[in-house]
Amino acid sequence: MQDLNHLRRLEAESIHIMREVVAEAENPVMLYSIGKDSTVMLHLALKAFYPSKLPFPVLHVDTTWKFREMIEYRDRLARDLDLDLIVHTNQDGVAQGVGPFSHGSAVHTDIMKTQALKQALEKYKFDVAFGGARRDEEKSRAKERVFSFRTAQHRWDPKNQRPELWNLYNTRKAPGESIRAFPLSNWTELDIWQYIYVEKIPLINLYLAAERPVVEHDGTLIMVDDDRMPLGGKEPEMKMVRFRTLGCYPLTGAVESNATTLTDVIQETLLTTTSERQGRVIDHDAAASMEKKKQEGYF
Amino acid sequence: MTHQSDLIAEDVVAYLKAQEQKSFLRFITCGSVDDGKSTLIGRLLYDSKLIFEDQLAALEADSKKVGTQGQEIDFALLVDGLAAEREQGITIDVAYRFFSTDKRKFIVADTPGHEQYTRNMATGASTADLAVMLVDARKGILQQTRRHSFIVSLLGIRHVVVAINKMDLVGYSEETFAAIERDYRTFAADLGFETITCIPMSALRGDNILKASEDTPWYTGPALLPYLEAIDVDRDRSGAPFRMPVQWVNRPNLDFRGFAGTIASGTVKVGDAIKVLPSAQTSRVKDIVLYHDTLDSAVAGQAVTITLDDEIDISRGDVIATAEEPPEVADQFEAKIIWMADDALLPGRPYIFRAANRQMPGVVTDLKYKINVNTLDHMAAKKLELNEVGVCNISLDAAIAFDPFQDIAEMGAFIIVDRMTNNTVGAGMIDFALRRASNIHWQALDVDKAERAVMKKQKPAILWFTGLSGSGKSTIANLVEKRLHALGRHTYILDGDNVRHGLNKDLGFTDADRVENIRRVGEVAKLMVDAGLMVMTSFISPFRSERRMVRELVEGDEFVEIFIDTPLEVCAERDPKGLYKKAKAGEIKNFTGYDSPYEAPEAPDLHIKTVDQSAEDCAEEIVRYLEDNGYLAAV
Repeated sequence: MQDLNHLRRLEAESIHIMREVVAEAENPVMLYSIGKDSTVMLHLALKAFYPSKLPFPVLHVDTTWKFREMIEYRDRLARDLDLDLIVHTNQDGVAQGVGPFSHGSAVHTDIMKTQALKQALEKYKFDVAFGGARRDEEKSRAKERVFSFRTAQHRWDPKNQRPELWNLYNTRKAPGESIRAFPLSNWTELDIWQYIYVEKIPLINLYLAAERPVVEHDGTLIMVDDDRMPLGGKEPEMKMVRFRTLGCYPLTGAVESNATTLTDVIQETLLTTTSERQGRVIDHDAAASMEKKKQEGYF
Repeated sequence: MTHQSDLIAEDVVAYLKAQEQKSFLRFITCGSVDDGKSTLIGRLLYDSKLIFEDQLAALEADSKKVGTQGQEIDFALLVDGLAAEREQGITIDVAYRFFSTDKRKFIVADTPGHEQYTRNMATGASTADLAVMLVDARKGILQQTRRHSFIVSLLGIRHVVVAINKMDLVGYSEETFAAIERDYRTFAADLGFETITCIPMSALRGDNILKASEDTPWYTGPALLPYLEAIDVDRDRSGAPFRMPVQWVNRPNLDFRGFAGTIASGTVKVGDAIKVLPSAQTSRVKDIVLYHDTLDSAVAGQAVTITLDDEIDISRGDVIATAEEPPEVADQFEAKIIWMADDALLPGRPYIFRAANRQMPGVVTDLKYKINVNTLDHMAAKKLELNEVGVCNISLDAAIAFDPFQDIAEMGAFIIVDRMTNNTVGAGMIDFALRRASNIHWQALDVDKAERAVMKKQKPAILWFTGLSGSGKSTIANLVEKRLHALGRHTYILDGDNVRHGLNKDLGFTDADRVENIRRVGEVAKLMVDAGLMVMTSFISPFRSERRMVRELVEGDEFVEIFIDTPLEVCAERDPKGLYKKAKAGEIKNFTGYDSPYEAPEAPDLHIKTVDQSAEDCAEEIVRYLEDNGYLAAV
């Protein structure tokens, strides 16, 4: 009898976690960010519940600053897969004109992402939300549980986490409290790429290199995705670039690359010598910044 | 984040193909901060080129700022996660690390070693197949080595690597190594490990980690990483009989009825005869579905959806098993329990037990003994405190299908959840079923509760008076009984003090004894309700969970919780028995309101405030409630 290889093990574990949530939660939701991890999570969910339709809606928090291509891709995918897609934007933030250029990345992310997510969870009364976070991404995530408990104020208390033994997850909670479930906890970035390759999962083209208009901003290449971008007298240049992570376009650094196919991208990723979150402008804060953000409710 | 390989640059497709066949190993590292545990893990990540340039730069900077290795890189910093822990210089929780080689992907559970973190170690061990036990070559086998070995054996780990570390500090002495190996094998002989492998190493210097060290020419065994890449830990699971606890019933339309779950053990093939437990219905496997694929067979660890030839009723928590060798079904067990909460486990207190996709209420009926995790001695105990291990009898509200934990871990493991806080408070492993459950049958009686009640023209119930000592429970209960008696009803009062003179005279006032006190009173009151009586009980009954336990002994409206609400100062001032004075003077211990808590009811059926009304008025209010709610009418 051949043993399961590591990808099949990870797949089975993720499916188990998702089924557990659906069996126990009253009103679960899957957070979908359009990135590669979210895409793998969605693919696993389709597998877990086949031939049933996804037994929960998919939530996208739209900061209004995402790449336009992401929004088109999202809507097409929702149609093709017959998803129950919910898009939420923090309208208070929109009314105040909050954006990354006018308010800086920290305020923008807090209001349009963290606060927006809390609003959406409260508005729809979701009690369990799937997130695509991996433990290998960052040190404080290495200690987060698969079923991570949030107070009624959406706060995470790293010192007071429930012990999590075997595959027996404790899903009990009081009214108002919620759980973030992380089915990809034990995946690494390489596992994600390998799985995309093996399962032939279609990805958004922003991961592939193409000629795109960019300007240099504090040493980072930023794509000029629309005319809200203040150019400061600089002319956008057409460069062969691609993105290693996806988010708000003004906060997502492009990397110069000639990787135009999935295997090129995987090859480049494997040979690269800087870690993944470097491309995200938001993480360049103090040492324990992610832990702090998470205590406040960042995913 | 990967190890470097020339193949990536030359032919990435060939590289990916090769990687697909990688196997998987989860292990736990045990040892204390001083043994170099974090250093070892940091070293494994570093030496397998798993650190990116920017992480390395941060590590170098951190090493100089807060490191313990002078100007050298402090590998431990790579591993110690949360900010608070960094400042204290210890690892508090369970952290998971990932690395892979060409042959295997690894997940390492990194847990702290102090005795107060036993629960963290148990958590990390529960998902591991192997333990790496760090021993400081200068110190040899310590008490904590014994404790860690016991815990990992308890959690079912069968393979142990004893990493005899800091060999550089004992001059790479073969004698030292051999002596420690001998000691370990002697002590671990009874722990049931299948393999024990001792490796001399230095995590700091990298000896015998990736490859054989030149400083230990006398050692002919494998280096750590090659050993971890090669060991086979999967045999047991796939060789065991087939079990799949049903997790979710998949019913998209009338034509498809699938049972989704993760296979706990064994192999299943299309056409296999199966038995569903606990219902004992039988059928055959029609299809094994995994997304667009239908499989001919599936093995332990796979998450699949199974359809059957026959339409039988199966729900979440049922177990689909091979018909030839089905699991046992029982509701009472002997089990080992590790307690994980600050509030002690109390026999008799109801908890939620959660095993293989089912959860149900249950109680520990008997704490047989606890096991000293350092000496393995057995000790008598009335309760189980945080980080203690005990052997208990448990009784569940419903029967479940199970296998002993030793045989199939997934079928014999459970967690214990507190009903009030919803926290995970304990973890357990079933040893065997107690036969008692099937041997004691209920005696069926011809005259039942309803008929007795009709004759007495009342709806029998427990009127549960709760409140502080001196709050007026007994006085008011007495007045209520007089009024009911005058109305021709059949009543009885169970009074706290009176019961302690007889039925419960063996019990004291510790938390454990208080729980048992209430349990017995609850059972007696239940018999009296069955006899058709209105039972008034007058007990402080300070804990919510015990009051709830009694409520659940009887039917919904047969329990009326009456909160006699008198503030502590007023009770202390009245002090009818002089107890408050004694408590204040320190002459009585565990006195409710002073050094033992009173958990006020959150939603009592009746909330009687005694401060502004007389005892007669209070009694009147209770009798009115009974009239208004139909307790005094013929049923």
